[in-house]
Order: sequence, then C-alpha cells, then structure tokens
Amino acid sequence: MSMPGARFGALLVKESIQIVRDPSSILIALVLPLILLFLFGYGVSLDANVVRIGLVVEQAEGPAEDLAAAFQASRYFEVEVASDIRALEDDLVAGNIRGIVVIPATFDRDFGSADGQAAFQVIADGSEPNTANFVQNYASGVWNTWLAQQTANGEGQAPVIALAPRFWFNPELASRYFLVPGSMAIVMTLIGTLLTALVVAREWERGTMEAMMATPVGILELLLGKLIPYFVLALGSMALCTVLAVTLFGVPMRGSVPALLAISMAFLLPALGQGLLISAATKNQFVASQAALLSGFLPAFLLSGFIFEIDSMPTVIQWITVIVPARYLIASLQTVFLAGDIWALFLPNIGAMLLIGLVFFVLAARSTKKRLD
Amino acid sequence: MEDALVEVDTVTKRFDDKGPPALDAISAQIAAGRITGLVGPDGAGKTTLIRLITGLLVPSEGTISALGFDTKTQAQSIHAAVGYMPQRFGLYEDLSVQENLTLYAKLRGLPPAERASVFERLLRFTDLARFTDRLAGRLSGGMKQKLGLACALIQTPKLLLLDEPSVGVDPISRRELWQMVKELTGEGIGVVWSTAYLDEAERCDAVILLNEGKLLFQGPPEDMTSRIAGRVDRVVDIAGRRRQVLTKALAVDGVIDGVIQGRAVRVVYRKDETAAARDRVDEMVKANEPKASVVPAEPRFEDAFIDALGGGPGGRSELAEKTTDISGKANGEAVIVANGLTKRFGDFTAAQGVTFTIPRGEIFGLLGPNGAGKSTSFKMLCGLLTPTSGDGTVAGFDLRRAAAEARNRLGYMAQKFSLYGDLSVGQNLEFFAGVYGLPRKRKRERIETMIDTFDLARFLGTNAKDLPLGFKQRLALACAVMHEPEALFLDEPTSGVDPITRREFWTHINGLVERGVAVLVTTHFMDEAEYCDRIALIYRSRTIATGSPDALKARVAGPSMPDPSLEDAFIKLVEDSEMDQEAAA
Repeated sequence: MSMPGARFGALLVKESIQIVRDPSSILIALVLPLILLFLFGYGVSLDANVVRIGLVVEQAEGPAEDLAAAFQASRYFEVEVASDIRALEDDLVAGNIRGIVVIPATFDRDFGSADGQAAFQVIADGSEPNTANFVQNYASGVWNTWLAQQTANGEGQAPVIALAPRFWFNPELASRYFLVPGSMAIVMTLIGTLLTALVVAREWERGTMEAMMATPVGILELLLGKLIPYFVLALGSMALCTVLAVTLFGVPMRGSVPALLAISMAFLLPALGQGLLISAATKNQFVASQAALLSGFLPAFLLSGFIFEIDSMPTVIQWITVIVPARYLIASLQTVFLAGDIWALFLPNIGAMLLIGLVFFVLAARSTKKRLD
Repeated sequence: MEDALVEVDTVTKRFDDKGPPALDAISAQIAAGRITGLVGPDGAGKTTLIRLITGLLVPSEGTISALGFDTKTQAQSIHAAVGYMPQRFGLYEDLSVQENLTLYAKLRGLPPAERASVFERLLRFTDLARFTDRLAGRLSGGMKQKLGLACALIQTPKLLLLDEPSVGVDPISRRELWQMVKELTGEGIGVVWSTAYLDEAERCDAVILLNEGKLLFQGPPEDMTSRIAGRVDRVVDIAGRRRQVLTKALAVDGVIDGVIQGRAVRVVYRKDETAAARDRVDEMVKANEPKASVVPAEPRFEDAFIDALGGGPGGRSELAEKTTDISGKANGEAVIVANGLTKRFGDFTAAQGVTFTIPRGEIFGLLGPNGAGKSTSFKMLCGLLTPTSGDGTVAGFDLRRAAAEARNRLGYMAQKFSLYGDLSVGQNLEFFAGVYGLPRKRKRERIETMIDTFDLARFLGTNAKDLPLGFKQRLALACAVMHEPEALFLDEPTSGVDPITRREFWTHINGLVERGVAVLVTTHFMDEAEYCDRIALIYRSRTIATGSPDALKARVAGPSMPDPSLEDAFIKLVEDSEMDQEAAA
C-alpha cells in the first residue's frame, strides 16, 4: 500500500523547489515587499509638512498685526504677505500657494468689541482636498494658539473651552507609522491571494493538474501541498517586513511577536482560501490574476482602512468592508505595532478573519473536485 | 471480448445543453496487450473519451468500466492502476528529469527500496540517463514526451493512456516512442494512443475512429482499409500539371476522393461503380496525358475514412476561378526568394543559411519537427522577424528595405486561429479588407466573393470563435487571400482539421497555384508535404535536403527500402546529416 505521508512530503518538496526556482514567486514574496515598504515608508506621506499660503492683512495694526505674526511664525506655513487679496489670486490659481488667509480691516474693531465675533477668512484650494484640509486645520490651530496666548496675556476674552490636542499611539502623527503596517497587509494579500491563484491556475494551464489527478493523490493532499508552502512563504515575508519596519523605519513594536504571528496566521486563511477559489473557478493565469487584483488587492488597498478611514466612508461602502478580510488585519496590525497587545480588539478581528476564511475554503472545496467537469 | 480492460457502454457526454454532444452514444472496448488507436481529427472527442476512461470526467449517459471499476464511483481505484499522459505531458517544467521521476514515484507510492532499479530501467528505456539534471522545461519535444511516458510508467500500469503523444515530436522520436510503447504491450499492458494522424492508425492493433463525437469504426485497421480494397488507383507518369489532372479526375463520375501524392494523383472510386469509374478515369487520362497511366494502389486508412464519411469534396475551386490569373505574367519569375537567411537569438541559432526560390505557380514546403526552425524562416520571409544575416524578397520587394510593400503582396495564414474571435464573420472580412486598403468597390466585390465561395452567408453574424472548426479554417483562408496576394504563406494550415476540410482547403490552394500564386507552406504532416512541388527538410535550424517529394524518396530508396515513404526519407536524411556532422566534428 502507498504511504500518504511520503506522498504529501513529495508534494511539499515539489512545491518548495518550484517556489525557489520560479523568479516570480521570489519577486512577489521578497522584492515586492521591499518596494512597497520603501514606497510607503519614504515616498508616500499623508502629512503636509509645510504649506505655502498667502496672507492678506488689510490693516496691519494691533491684534491683526499680532495674528499675522503668529501665522508667519507657524512652522506649518510658508507665508506670502499682501495687503490686497487681488495680489494673491493669480498665485492661488497657478497653484503657487494652497490657500489664502484674509484678516479683514474690521478685525481689530470686532476683536475688541463686547460680543467678540471677530472673524477672519480662510480660502483653501479645493482642487487638492487633502491639502485644503491641512490649510484649514492648521489655520484654526494657529488661531486657537494665538487666542490662548491673548487670554494668558490678559487681552481679549477667555475661550469657553480651551482645546489642548494630544495624540495617543502616534504622537507625531507620522503617516508612515500606520502606512507601513498597512502595506504589510497588502504584501500578505498579494502572496496569499494573487500568488496562490496564479500557481494553481498555472498547474491547470500546463496540464500538470490533470496528470496529478490521474494519480492516487487525493484532492485534499493536492491542495494542502500547494497551500502550506505559500503559507510559510507569506509568514517569512511578514517577518522580513516586520524587521525592516522596526529597524529601518523606526515603527514602534509595542505589541508582542506571538500576537503578530496569531494575527498574520489568521489572515492567511481567508487570503489563501480566496486565491484557491479564484484559481479553481478560472483555471487560467490571466483571468486569475485579474480576479485576484480586483477581488483581493484593490479591496485590501481601498476598503480596508489602509488609506481611507472606514468610518468616513458612505454607510453602504462601510457594510461592504465587513467582508474584506484585510480590514481586520490592518486594524490589528496597526494596534499591535502602535498600541500593544489589546486582545479585546484582536480576538474579534481574528474571529472575523477565520470566519471569512472558512467560507472561502468551503466554496473552494466545493468547486475543486477531483474531476474536470 | 473477455479480456477487455475497458468497456465503454453507450456513453454520451454533453458539456452544454445546446449543440451536439462531445461524444454521442459510443460503445467500445480496449483490450490488454495491444495498442488501441483512438483516431480522429481535432474536436472528434478523443481527449473527452480518455478523460472519461480515467474518471476525470463522468459520462452524461451510459457507463464505463475500466479495469473492472466503475469510473463514476471507483475513480480512485482506477487512478492507482492506470498510467496517464495528458496532452501537455503533465511534467513540472521547473523540476529536473530526476525530480519529476522522484515526485511521481512518491505520489504513486513506489517503495523506496525499488526506486533505484525502476529509475534505472526507465532512464535506460527512454535514453534519458544523460539528462537527469536537466530541467524538464529545457528538454526537446521528443524528450519531454519520453519523460512523460516514463512518469506514467513508474508503477507498471495495467492500462496506459496516451493523449496525442506524437504531437510536436519529430519523426525520429515518434518512431522511438512507438517502439517503446510496442514493447510495453508485450508485457500485457493495454495502451490507448490517441492521434489525429491517420497514418499512425494503420500501425495500431485496433482502432477506434471518431468523428464529431460519433464512432465511425472499431476494429483492426485492416478491416477498415479492406473495405475499399480494389477501389484505389494512382495516376502515374504525369508529364504536365498534375493539379489539373486531379481537378479533372475529381470531376469524373464515380470518383469520390482524390489527392496529390508527389508526382502522382491518387483516386478512390465509389463502391459498386469501380469498374466503370476506372474506365472513365483512364479515358480522361489518355485524352489529357498520353504518357500517364492508371495503376492500382494499396488502400490507406485515410481513403477508407473519407469513404466512411461519404466521399471528399469536389475538385473545383470557386475561389480560384474568381481570382485574377497571373500565371502567364513573366512565367518562371521567382516570387519568393530566400538567400542565406539566418536568425540568431543570443547564442541560439534558430535558422541558419536558409536559401531557396519559389517561382510563380509553385508550392514549396518547409518540413521538419517543431523547433527545427521552420517558423523562424517563415516569419523572416513575411517580414515579421528581421534576419540576423542574409536577405529575401517577396514579389520583388526587399524584406529589409520595403517590408511594408512586400507584406501587401503576400497573404498569411497563421498556425493558430488568428482571427478576431469576438468579431463576427462579416466584421472580420470587413476588417481584413480594410487592413489591406482595398478601394471601396473592390472591397465589396471581394467580400461578396469570399462569402459565396466559402458558403459563409449563414454565419455572417456569428462570432468567429463560435464557428465550427472547418468554417474557422475557411474564414482564415478567406481573410488571407482577400487582396489577391501573389505569394501565400501558410503556417501549419491544416494541423488537426478533419480530412474533408483539409481536402477542401487544398483544392483552393491548388486552384490558386494554377492561377500563378506562389505558396510557401510549413507542415509536419508527411502526407500534406506530398502536395508540394518541392520541399526543404529543416532539422536543427539547418536545411538538410531540398527537392521534390519523389526525388527525396528516390534518394533514400535502396535494397532495404524499395518503396520508402516521405517519413522514411526524412528519418534517413536526418540520420545521414547527423553522421556527416559527426564526421566533420
């Protein structure tokens, strides 16, 4: 009688040799993570460090002059001063400046008045909403700080509530601290879904799947023999990413390695299951890669909270994100890196990932039979 | 049959509800210790039947038992005892020869103690011992096929299923492979060898002949060929144009099939009408070719196949009749010239010093196994590849300097179906007429001609990819000759198509050639090469011999081979050339 152990071992060895010899799997598992990490670690930043704005001071006297000085002193703004807004309009249109702050001639009078309705105007370039937001937020920051100072100096009125923002977990608000863990999720999706879908589809295309099926190998052995090496490969790639993130990008690792491992392993179940389902359904490398990009990579990128916050998405889209396994991974990864081991958050996420994974595996097992029709 | 390994009982297989079934109520037996040929053109249902026998597909109706197991419920037991080599070998190209063998040995549960001796025996048997470290992807077609066979033989199976093992394999490897399989039957193994080559059918012990999902014949091939014994003749010693003789012969009442065979023309007569038809052919030959004579010929499997299908198409080509006759224009002028064409990709020489000229009204064939350099030479002459050295002209235009003009004078039919599958037949015709820049009025005329001659009217709105195989072939030819090219390039034009479609295709080509078109064709079908006026044998990127099919056969004829086939000639010439090379080295 044959020995199932030896048979399974043979499949694992075969798959591992193929991974090592196939440049595309090395590319996706080792080179791509490096590129992504460098891209998100250095290249892409969602922080606007210094924004060029115009400042119109219609009457440079008293509090208005003082406020203008506060804008000029801000480390977030590089300020171009004018006394008339018309002098700056062209610059705004040309994109040389991203916004205009207008301190009107009435500012002094209103500031000193009893009802305290002093106002100034912030015009932001809406063609770049992200930067426009920064202009608006930074401007109100400058205003609040200035107001607080005025109060401390005994001038003007005290604000009802003094706002003192303090950011937890990411005090510098450095976007790479959450982008780097997020890009690890992308890498895992690529290995788990795209690579798996491709290699299984390749076996169909080259006819080796058919040859395997006509041997005593069981379908479960065949699939597990395929999945385990990629499971290991993805974890290896994850480890590489973690080391780089901590050493090179200075991302803090506040949680524990076992927690990271548990989260990663839980995510690989839906990722591999999805890859398997795609390849079983398409049996063609080209279609498989398209399907993996559309159903795996793009949702992981757009609907997971990696770039766009889920809470600020339309409600319908928020519902859709519930079935995107990457959202649970990204939330958990950001927590494990930036906050620490918060099992109350991890466990529901891990549960959700395992559940989605189970659904994928049931679907994949139902569509992969040891038959061709 | 009591010793049947496989019993197929009225099996029907449907893949979708509309359209005819892939297999239609087939009953057949496969015996132990014999080679059973599963023969038929592409789309006949050969692969489907093999997959049904392995249990990889289940029949829609009927039952199959293989080795005593039901394929529907006991597929696992069948898998343990059959060797199966799918069409694409089933080898892992990133694994070496040895790694592939080890993988299959473990998968089939070969005890480790026996491995060494089994590997040794198989490597010796397949002559692959020198290449154990080479990656399977780097092997030649023939070597891949042998390795695939070795993997299928790891645990000596009771039943060996080979799906088109001779595709993409040079004639020498093909013969070796056949010899190896023959040896296996001596050990009592039942072998199923599926093939689209009808000449292979003649060598099988038994044949299952399929066409469009229907069983046409089952039994020893001799039983099939004996059905037409005495009904096949050859017209030999034709001094003039044998294509015209063929056309006239096919017009004779009672002639159901005819093909060109070297310098001769082969004719098959209708049953019960043989004597009268023979007299009429004799009369026709005497009137046209006084020196020629009609002699009886050995019937072939293909003749019987055509007979079973009710005869071949007629010999008139409406296409040719509507094509401008340019045969009188500067007769004998070379239309296609290749002069020392060489193509290198890195250190690899794909084609070396290819030289020939094709005059008006001649068919020139490039014959050789896959990977020998046929397609490379071909593509250089179409202006699709720039030669590393050497030059060529088509219709007087230099390929290096005026490739665009040259391309406008040639028609090209690619090996694979290369029309736009998602465009309708009408849109494809329209598109190709546009590509060749035909003026509006001429475009209308030519498209009308194509629709009439190829009977495409009822398919005009059908997407090209949904056409029946024979009509795809017609459409491809229609698009290639839309602009009345002076030179026609055909890359493996009829591989896999049924013999009726192939005859129809060649009728058109013959007609066009009579009108003065020069044709360059690549093929690995030996009988297709017989249509050519001259052929060049290409082997390992070099031309090893050039001449008419009859001349090449005559070159190798001798006491041991009084009447060699073109395949015999090919093998002999390759062996001679290898000996020369070794002597030179």
